[in-house]
Amino acid sequence: MDDWFVFIVLILSATLRVATPLILCALGALFCERSGLIDIGLEGKMLAAAFISAATASVIGSAVTGLIAGILIAQLLALLHGFACITHRGNQVVSGVAINILAAGLTIVFGIAWFKQGGQTPSLPPEARFMPIEWPGASALRNVRVVGPLYANLVSGHNLIVYATLLAVPLVQWIVKSTRFGLRLRAVGEAPLAVDAAGISVTWLRYRAVLICGLMTGIAGTYLSIAQNAAFSRDMTAGQGFIALAALIFGKWQPLPVFGSCLMFGLFDAVAVRLQGVHVAGLGEIPVQFIQVLPYVLTVVLLAGFIGSAVAPKAIGVPYEKEH
Amino acid sequence: MRGRRSLPRWAEIGLIPVVNVAIAFLFAALVVLAIGANPLAAVRILIYGAFGYPDAIGYTLYYTTNFIFTGLAVALAFHAGLFNIGGEGQAYIGGLGVGLVMLAFDTTLAAPLLIGLAILTGAAFGAAWAAVPAYLQAYRGSHIVITTIMFNFIAAAVMVYLLVNVLIAPGSMTPETREFATTAQLPFIHELLALAGITMASSPLNVSIFLALACCVFVWAFLWHTPWGFELRAVGHNIQVAAYAGIKLRRVTILAMCLSGALAGLVGVNEIAGVHHRIILNFPAGYGFGGIAVALMGRNHPVGVMLASLLFGALYQGGAELAFEIPAITKEMVVVIQGLVILFSGALANMPRPWLARLFSALPRRARTPVAGEA
Repeated sequence: MDDWFVFIVLILSATLRVATPLILCALGALFCERSGLIDIGLEGKMLAAAFISAATASVIGSAVTGLIAGILIAQLLALLHGFACITHRGNQVVSGVAINILAAGLTIVFGIAWFKQGGQTPSLPPEARFMPIEWPGASALRNVRVVGPLYANLVSGHNLIVYATLLAVPLVQWIVKSTRFGLRLRAVGEAPLAVDAAGISVTWLRYRAVLICGLMTGIAGTYLSIAQNAAFSRDMTAGQGFIALAALIFGKWQPLPVFGSCLMFGLFDAVAVRLQGVHVAGLGEIPVQFIQVLPYVLTVVLLAGFIGSAVAPKAIGVPYEKEH
Repeated sequence: MRGRRSLPRWAEIGLIPVVNVAIAFLFAALVVLAIGANPLAAVRILIYGAFGYPDAIGYTLYYTTNFIFTGLAVALAFHAGLFNIGGEGQAYIGGLGVGLVMLAFDTTLAAPLLIGLAILTGAAFGAAWAAVPAYLQAYRGSHIVITTIMFNFIAAAVMVYLLVNVLIAPGSMTPETREFATTAQLPFIHELLALAGITMASSPLNVSIFLALACCVFVWAFLWHTPWGFELRAVGHNIQVAAYAGIKLRRVTILAMCLSGALAGLVGVNEIAGVHHRIILNFPAGYGFGGIAVALMGRNHPVGVMLASLLFGALYQGGAELAFEIPAITKEMVVVIQGLVILFSGALANMPRPWLARLFSALPRRARTPVAGEA
């Protein structure tokens, strides 16, 4: 009984760690998409941030500087998306694809040119990373029944970005639902003409949305390379940007459901890792691919309207042309 | 809009695409400079690496073949106003179809029959993989871009599962099938030339390139010389007018995506039946996404797609040579160029238009008279 409890706590703790970049990424994309811009460039922004933050942290030796550099590069790519889609009214999907492919290529080209380790960045010492934070009394309480494992493994022992992400969820909910900016953001994604007619700049609103998206995807990328891991390795995002996109859709573009979807997809991942080669009673061995593919399948099924329906912001994907 | 009117037609068709691609290559040169190499020297090595010696040309054309398939796939869907971002998955599943036919019949069927069946099956598998997102878009209203992205990942997972658990050759440690019998292997071009007494260095170039060229002709004939192609372009051009004219939108969506998926699926013919002679992991290797760059650069026309494919084929092959000659530059530089082309020929395609319009209006009046009819 105790063993099972500890096992479940460990799975939940792993879920939280895996879900953190998804939550950051999906909530960032929420701003972008609620403002009416499709963002399939999450993967690219995250990858670029992972690379630049690890590169900066390894040269300067400071995790915070790495974080700032990661955020800046992701915001730069987000601005590029804005420049193409808001200023030049280009195709938003094409722009996202371009950002993904550019980041995939540039991170390897510069990674090899700068560090000569086949695209990896040098392994980071603990001072240059965001390390797990041990809460007071965690080790003392570890052996207490129920409360011990919960406190020591689930509450304590994560890094700063994980806790910041958990705080970001209610913050995003508040910004989107209860502030003037959030109201306008939602309005510009549904009826940009009305927002414009009210004398509010559609362009400036959307640029702020992409910048917030850059900020959050930048933190997500940084988390991958200098918090969860100790270096950048090529293609380390491995599709997580798309899982975040799936979570955004699965959560119907609403902050709390998006958070829930990220946790669910994170749980799939955490379970998949532990089910590898394990015989489940009555089912035999469950193929890992079966669990890994669930986020994508569920999203397709949801989009097809078979379980509830996901309605995107009305003006999404349509460039806004100001009338004179 | 105002900028568009002041540009002559030849500039619209000929100049803007060239300017877009030139900007992309300019930025690529900046990247090369940034890593401390000489862009001009790089271009020289690249051209030599792509065309300078016999087997280089073979490799260049082999890569070109794949790009033609995926480029046509993206272009055809674009004409119907659909963005097929799932070429990667469709190519993967298409290769599965080709491979399954080969594994099932390579010892029983005669070569021409076998290869014909494999090509049809590959196309059918690719089409089927595109048909699901197409159906969901046409009848359930889900967004084709999102579903085709998801289907890329689903395809990858399906293929890993099948190769690791089902199709793996008995006793093999790597997840790949057994090698097909020789009847199931498409002839290499250097083998064919050897029969005719011409010696050519060996390369993976095989008869699939003729299939690719035939597809170019097919797409051109289909789009511009059949009623179905007309309907497809009408939907892409103005969906309301097309609907008013009685065109069945849902049918067009499904037809366009199935043809697009079939074309992407043919990458499997080149890779599986032509080169690897077994089903392996990850053989689409980015060609599906490369197809987006090819289609944008080739302005969705089969001739443009052919030229853009040749350019990207040359970049792939020349890029490998470049990585060998200048160690600072890696073959991923080609991926960067793809990204830049998609950015400047796609998302930022309209950026140079106002500049060019200003340039044209600054030209002396006489130089502009031939285009007076345009305004």
